Amino acid sequence: MESEHQVPIWFFIGCVLLVYGLIVSATGVYLWIVPPPEEARVKLYEYHADVWWGIAMILFGGLYCVRFWPRGNSSYQSAPQRREQA
Amino acid sequence: MHAVLLAASDSLGQSERLLPVRGVDWLIIAIYFVVVLAIGFYLKRFTATGEDFFLAGRKMTAWIAGLSFISANLSSLETMGWSAMAYQYGMLAAHAYLIGAIPAILFLAIVMMPFYYICRTHSVPGYLKLRYGEGARLLAGISFAFMTVLVSGASMFAMAKVLKLLLGWDIHSSIWVASLTVAIYVALGGLISAVFNEVLQFFLIWFGSLLIPILGLIHAGGWRGMLEKINQNVGTIHPNLQQADFTSLWRNLGSFDANPMGIDWFGMVFGLGLAVSFGYWCTDFLQVQRVIVAKSLRSAQNGTVIGAVLKMCVPLIVTIPGLLGLAVLTNPDGSLMVLVPQNDPRAEITHRTFNDVLPLLMGQYLGPGLLGLGVTAMIAGFMSGMAGNVSAFATVWTYDVYRPLLNRNASDQHYVKMGRWCAIVGVLASIGTAYTLFWFGNILAFLQVLVFFFIVPLFGVVILGMLWKRATPAAGFWGFLVAILFSVGMWIFVHTFPDGYRPQPQIIIRQSEIKEDGRLLRVEPAIVRLQHQKDSRGQEKLTRIVVEQGKVHTTNVPIAGDSQDVFFLSGRWILQKAAELPAHVRQQGAEKSADLRVLAPRVIEAGTQHETRFGVDGVPVVLQPGVQVEATEIVNYFNPAVFNPAHVRYVARSEKAQEMAVNMYSAFWTLCVCVIVTVVVSLFTRPKPESELKNLVMGLTPLPDEGPCPWYERPILWAAVVAAVLVAINILFW
Repeated sequence: MESEHQVPIWFFIGCVLLVYGLIVSATGVYLWIVPPPEEARVKLYEYHADVWWGIAMILFGGLYCVRFWPRGNSSYQSAPQRREQA
Repeated sequence: MHAVLLAASDSLGQSERLLPVRGVDWLIIAIYFVVVLAIGFYLKRFTATGEDFFLAGRKMTAWIAGLSFISANLSSLETMGWSAMAYQYGMLAAHAYLIGAIPAILFLAIVMMPFYYICRTHSVPGYLKLRYGEGARLLAGISFAFMTVLVSGASMFAMAKVLKLLLGWDIHSSIWVASLTVAIYVALGGLISAVFNEVLQFFLIWFGSLLIPILGLIHAGGWRGMLEKINQNVGTIHPNLQQADFTSLWRNLGSFDANPMGIDWFGMVFGLGLAVSFGYWCTDFLQVQRVIVAKSLRSAQNGTVIGAVLKMCVPLIVTIPGLLGLAVLTNPDGSLMVLVPQNDPRAEITHRTFNDVLPLLMGQYLGPGLLGLGVTAMIAGFMSGMAGNVSAFATVWTYDVYRPLLNRNASDQHYVKMGRWCAIVGVLASIGTAYTLFWFGNILAFLQVLVFFFIVPLFGVVILGMLWKRATPAAGFWGFLVAILFSVGMWIFVHTFPDGYRPQPQIIIRQSEIKEDGRLLRVEPAIVRLQHQKDSRGQEKLTRIVVEQGKVHTTNVPIAGDSQDVFFLSGRWILQKAAELPAHVRQQGAEKSADLRVLAPRVIEAGTQHETRFGVDGVPVVLQPGVQVEATEIVNYFNPAVFNPAHVRYVARSEKAQEMAVNMYSAFWTLCVCVIVTVVVSLFTRPKPESELKNLVMGLTPLPDEGPCPWYERPILWAAVVAAVLVAINILFW
């Protein structure tokens, strides 16, 4: 699946989650600073789930981006993958 | 009998949109479409040969195989559908992810995978060709190709309906935009592209859905709080199932009426746990294709075990939201929201349906941004489901129908080109199916069980072929065919009504259109007067509905004509004098009378400008002169949406059996018939010589030496761990 010249799928996933995390957490921070009217709020608004969920996505996506950054022949492969190949 | 107000649901607002999607949500959705298309274009360069296009180059690692294996099954139809099941059947719905999946997945990994992998087949029908010959392969190939197109079309139709309901999107735009996107990326990248998107979808679904159970459980006061609330609310939500236990996995399976599914432990274990589950997970090519293309047998086996672990986690984002729907789903005024089945006459008029439970919870807990993520996960799930079907269709059509029947000796490049065209043709055929469903919506009811017709017999034939070398080519073909026909026959039997089935008497009050020479002159709103009376407890009760203006659609309700003592069940006319409809109607041939159901999706209360809507059972209705009547009499001798209890008891051992229970028992009997026919025919026909069964049957299939394997990479070890966890979960939630 991940041949020599192919960007690993995990890198794509990391990028998507990182971008989505940024959008979600930025929206959450904005809604924290400028709260919507009472009747337009979702239930448990006070927990600001969008902020910490967005941050979780940024961390997860960022980790995947760094870990699986396409660097060449096999350097992006994880250790278990390298072992499997060997 | 008391009149029961069917709680007009405030969740149905003036607009058809259920979720308030904003700009930031649109941005998230748009990014998803750009990414999947970009992945398709990027992967095209890696699909030069047939093996690349149809089998992803047989290079998948265990993790990708496992994620793809489970994602192919985790479509939005699955997540929304099983959340609805949890709302309908309670905790029993989780069995689909436990006994209804895990034993079968582990069996696939440990027992069946070596045969699939070592014979180097490209598909399950391909295995049948090697084991039994061309007849069984063609029967499986054609039925599978037909089924995938239908299921893909159903998925597309469901997606368009859901997007219309949730976001107010135009149905045609939804179908075409999503389909063309899928067609492009599958035609470009084949199975690799489908697998990439399935893995991406897996992450999107978890990040888009996991917050719902987290916030829901906080809202409900934890797990115990949720169970307490379910026990409090279930009498209101499911009034016909007062005795049923919604919060157990096994404790309530001792008898048919102790659980909401109307099933016992035998049906659950042998129907779901054996027939349905093994049929689906071990022989449905859409699933199996994901793991047989792994880069080694060990990766294929470990990938399948990883799939089992992930499958056990799915109840977190599917079953728990369904249970939360019973506990904490409320109307905007704070009252408990009651959802109804899809075939309930109140559905989408005064009440949302079971299928809406997940989107409703999304709307309840997810604000801007998160909602876009949730909706994107849903769209990704639909598109990924379509892509899975289309890529499997391309493989089976090209290798199991086109090559053996139409063009045996073409080049590899020719078959790749055929595969790319198949992806486009498959999507177009799915669009055709979606539009067919659009015009004949009740066909959807057939599709739910279509899968059972084919996969259960297929499993019976494949497993006997793998484990018993005496099974003959003739037996493989006839066992498969007879079991399919038996399954279809059983389905027809439980939906047949020799004495006629009459739906509950019903009246729907709507606005009337005044026309002259076919031209619309004006629209007059429906005006009703609601008469109330205080009962012995001092509570106001609706006692009579007077329709002063508008049009009424009646079903199976006798209405007095203008001349005395003449009643009409069908026809169209304008009343010249008032007519009174009784609260309870005795239908022809029925032993007792049935409540008259009154539905008013949009009416104005007389003397006010107040628009309202309601649904009520067992209240008399008076129609004033001038009201337009459109009366229909319905008598069905066959109705795919309704079971005949008198016939159901022969199949599912109880008249109380619900749809799920009937499907499980039907699958079990079908498997029995398949095995019996295959064995009996084998005993009277000539088997293949052993030399032709090498690498296909147990005892004649040596396992390849894949080199030294550390203990922590042994599939059997992890399969045992997963099995132990499965037992522990079942005991914990007994």
